[in-house]
Amino acid sequence: MSLAWLIPVIPLLMFAVIVFLGHKLKDKSAYLSIAAIAASFLVSVAVAYDWFIIHHGHGTAEFLIPWAPVGTDVIRMGFAVDSLTVMMLFVVTIVSMMVQIFSIGYMHGDERYPRFFAFLSLFTAAMLSLVIANTLLLMYISWELVGLTSYLLIGFWFQKPEAMRAAKKAFLVTRVGDVGFFLGLLLLYLNTGTVELSGIFAKVEEMALHPVSVPYLGAIAAVILGIFAYGFAGAILKGIKRVPVAIFIGLAVFALAWFLIPHGAVKLTLASIAALLIFWGAVGKSAQFPLHVWLPDAMQGPTPVSALIHAATMVAAGVYLVARMYPVFHADMTALNIVAVVGAFTAVFAATMGIVMNDIKQVLAYSTISQLGYMMMGLGVGGYTAGMFHLMTHAYFKANLFLGSGSVIHGTGTQDMREMGGLRKKMPWTFLTFIIATLALIGFPLTAGFYSKDEILLSAYYWHGGKWIFYAGVLGAFMTAFYMTRLVAMTFFGQPKDPKIHAHESGKVMLIPLFVLATLSILAGYVGTPWKNIIGQYVTFGHGGHHAFSLSVMLAGTLAGFLGIGLASLIWIWPVIRIASLAPALGWVQTLVANKWYMDDIYDIIVIRPLMITARAMFAVDRYLIDLTVNAVAWITMKLSNAWALFDKYVVDGLVNLVAETTKVGGRVLRYVQTGVVQQYAFILVICLLLMSWFFIYR
Amino acid sequence: MPPLSWYLYVSAALFALGLFGMMTRRNSIAMLMSIELMLNAANINLVAFSAYLRGHTMVGQMFALFVIALAAAEAAIGLAIVINIYRTVKHIDADEINLMKW
Amino acid sequence: MEITGYNVAFIAIAAMTVTSAIFVVTLPNILRSALFLMFTFIGVAGLYVLANAEILAAMQLLIYVGAITVLILFAIVLTQQLMGARITQTSRNIVLGGVAAIAVFAFIATTFVSHFSKGSDMIAAQPAVPTSDPLLMIAKMLIQPYVLPFELASFILLVAMVGAIVIAKEDKD
Repeated sequence: MSLAWLIPVIPLLMFAVIVFLGHKLKDKSAYLSIAAIAASFLVSVAVAYDWFIIHHGHGTAEFLIPWAPVGTDVIRMGFAVDSLTVMMLFVVTIVSMMVQIFSIGYMHGDERYPRFFAFLSLFTAAMLSLVIANTLLLMYISWELVGLTSYLLIGFWFQKPEAMRAAKKAFLVTRVGDVGFFLGLLLLYLNTGTVELSGIFAKVEEMALHPVSVPYLGAIAAVILGIFAYGFAGAILKGIKRVPVAIFIGLAVFALAWFLIPHGAVKLTLASIAALLIFWGAVGKSAQFPLHVWLPDAMQGPTPVSALIHAATMVAAGVYLVARMYPVFHADMTALNIVAVVGAFTAVFAATMGIVMNDIKQVLAYSTISQLGYMMMGLGVGGYTAGMFHLMTHAYFKANLFLGSGSVIHGTGTQDMREMGGLRKKMPWTFLTFIIATLALIGFPLTAGFYSKDEILLSAYYWHGGKWIFYAGVLGAFMTAFYMTRLVAMTFFGQPKDPKIHAHESGKVMLIPLFVLATLSILAGYVGTPWKNIIGQYVTFGHGGHHAFSLSVMLAGTLAGFLGIGLASLIWIWPVIRIASLAPALGWVQTLVANKWYMDDIYDIIVIRPLMITARAMFAVDRYLIDLTVNAVAWITMKLSNAWALFDKYVVDGLVNLVAETTKVGGRVLRYVQTGVVQQYAFILVICLLLMSWFFIYR
Repeated sequence: MPPLSWYLYVSAALFALGLFGMMTRRNSIAMLMSIELMLNAANINLVAFSAYLRGHTMVGQMFALFVIALAAAEAAIGLAIVINIYRTVKHIDADEINLMKW
Repeated sequence: MEITGYNVAFIAIAAMTVTSAIFVVTLPNILRSALFLMFTFIGVAGLYVLANAEILAAMQLLIYVGAITVLILFAIVLTQQLMGARITQTSRNIVLGGVAAIAVFAFIATTFVSHFSKGSDMIAAQPAVPTSDPLLMIAKMLIQPYVLPFELASFILLVAMVGAIVIAKEDKD
């Protein structure tokens, strides 16, 4: 188990190898990358064996090396292995392997083929490093690295300007979250004196005893309100869409209520502030509201990238972070409540948008956001096991869905579902795996998703804060079923809507990962059935808090799913209900939701425009300041040179003239010595004679 | 007998006058006359010392005699030169004759 | 100062000499200057006599008054065609001349006189009484101790004579 450090290092080395030798190896670089990840997988198996058989799956094994001295302290880095780690290792390595095998077919012929695999290896290395890190600092470093590779991979086809914009947006939005993570890290370090997780967890209980006083809260609330008011005023003055204005008002009222109305859940302590800051980082990475805006745009990247990063692993990093830092969250229940609320809201909010999207990958993207909301919700209501279980199952079936959509895109050449149809007959294997994964996502009985979603609903039902989160979860299940059925119907059923598309089934190399993942979408659930809950024994927090099995909850969730499937089939598969007839009455809803609830516009107004104005102002200041300085320097130089010229004229020339004048005057004086007038010579003679005589007489 | 100093005074006066004349007069012949005056002053000096010196040997008088002879020769030559100059530039203004060589 | 005959005579002759000398150097008319030069020479001769140098006085009169004065008069006559009285105007060197003259006179008067009035043991208060035959003594001195200067002087006179003739000769080429 001490070799666990190999797990991220092997792909990292392979990244370096492919970067340097890629253009020589060309297609063989893919095999190298897959070999690396396979090696990591094998080491993970060995670690898991070691963990379960020898250590009986309990406790934590840690290895630390000193990394940097800070004053009298030493920051140590290292890795830790516990049940959470083992689970995540399996998720990441398996999904990464499947995606890389799929990419051999999907990215075939791309001119930067080796570079793609290099980036995939780098991502895998960073993600694996994230899950085995046991210090917040190493986690943060891996976190950033994961964000970097996400940027590189979204913008892989950098000739497309939309892709570059999407990559920038992804990086910047997650960056906003990362700031929170870092601040939380600092807060924890300052209050506990260490960045090692074990050390932090030991001291976090004390932090929960330090309440944060109200004036600061009031100040924060005032700032947030001010931002909203500014955006509001901007919207009014610019005279643009009234809907964003209405949303503003709503959000402002909401913020007001949340902070001002005395609420049992709003007491804040140091622990909860640290937890909320770290949660903000998770919000960014896992695309929760309000930082979810980057994930739909990230679909500009190649589909394998979407499958690996934006469905299964990177976005799961946020959920993993919350789970890993659970002791900090658990120290003050306020943080957990906020996590639950945000997760529930996101789950429903994103599902609404998934219903109206026409791009197949966009629907899946919003579905991902919604499911991540589910996971957060699960963690927030106390279902630690439930949330992580759902993370694992979701990784498998969502990756399957994305790869399947990749197969569809590769076969039809389009991403717009309105142009597809009837692919059931032309791409039978893709259809089969896709259906299995869809059923898992919906939570159809006996699939993996069924068990994990059920766990979450169970935890929500027994939440101490009321039942409304449970109802939100059920509503979300209905909507999930609805939009997924719509997607399947538009893509695979019906008649082909665009006669020009000649769809064909994908090759073996792309189908094998689909099969593997579909199988896992069914089998992975059986580690957590209500009758034999293996995962609940190991991946658990504290004293387990396991809820009793409730049939009504299970029925409620299943019923919601069937309802959704049925309604959607009636609309799209057997067109019984005509959507078009409802258009006049509900058209405004369609517009609102299709425009993503105007979130992008809101961000434009309250963030981007002020920033641009400030940047322009700074530029003007800078330019004038610099111009001023340059002109001042020039002016000074000119004055100096004038002074110098004066000096030169009067002093230097004066000296020269002095010499000349001296010679002239001297000459003029001495000229009288030789005038040619004899009498003057005689005079001089006489005078000198007298002087000599005087000398001789008186000396 | 008058004391020696009187002779010296006279000699000095004559010498000074001769000097003044030599330097001031524009006529060349007048300059020569002043030179003769200076020579005479010197002679007076010599003769006076010859008379008043102990160990009277008439050396001074001998000296004065030779001075007279030389003065004569010099006057002759000088006046010859003046006449020559007169023939060249048609005047003998000492102030105007200041070219060493034409 | 005793009022002896010698002293009075001396003062008279000295006055005459110096006055004549003053006229020599200041008169604009050159002929009158020459005349007063002659008077100066005569006065000097008188001073010689008072200093027991009768032979020299005679020589003085013979040479100076007799020859040199005549020579000067000849020269004046020969160079006076265009001149007249114009030439003897005040030169621009009068300041220089004045300074020099006064300096010299003052110097000699003060230094020499003060030096020699302090009773030097080389100076007798009175001039010595002349010996028996001054002419004989002069003749003897010319032949024996001072024969060389004598010959040289005659040589110089010869050279001067020839030179004067050569210089003053008219060029008739």
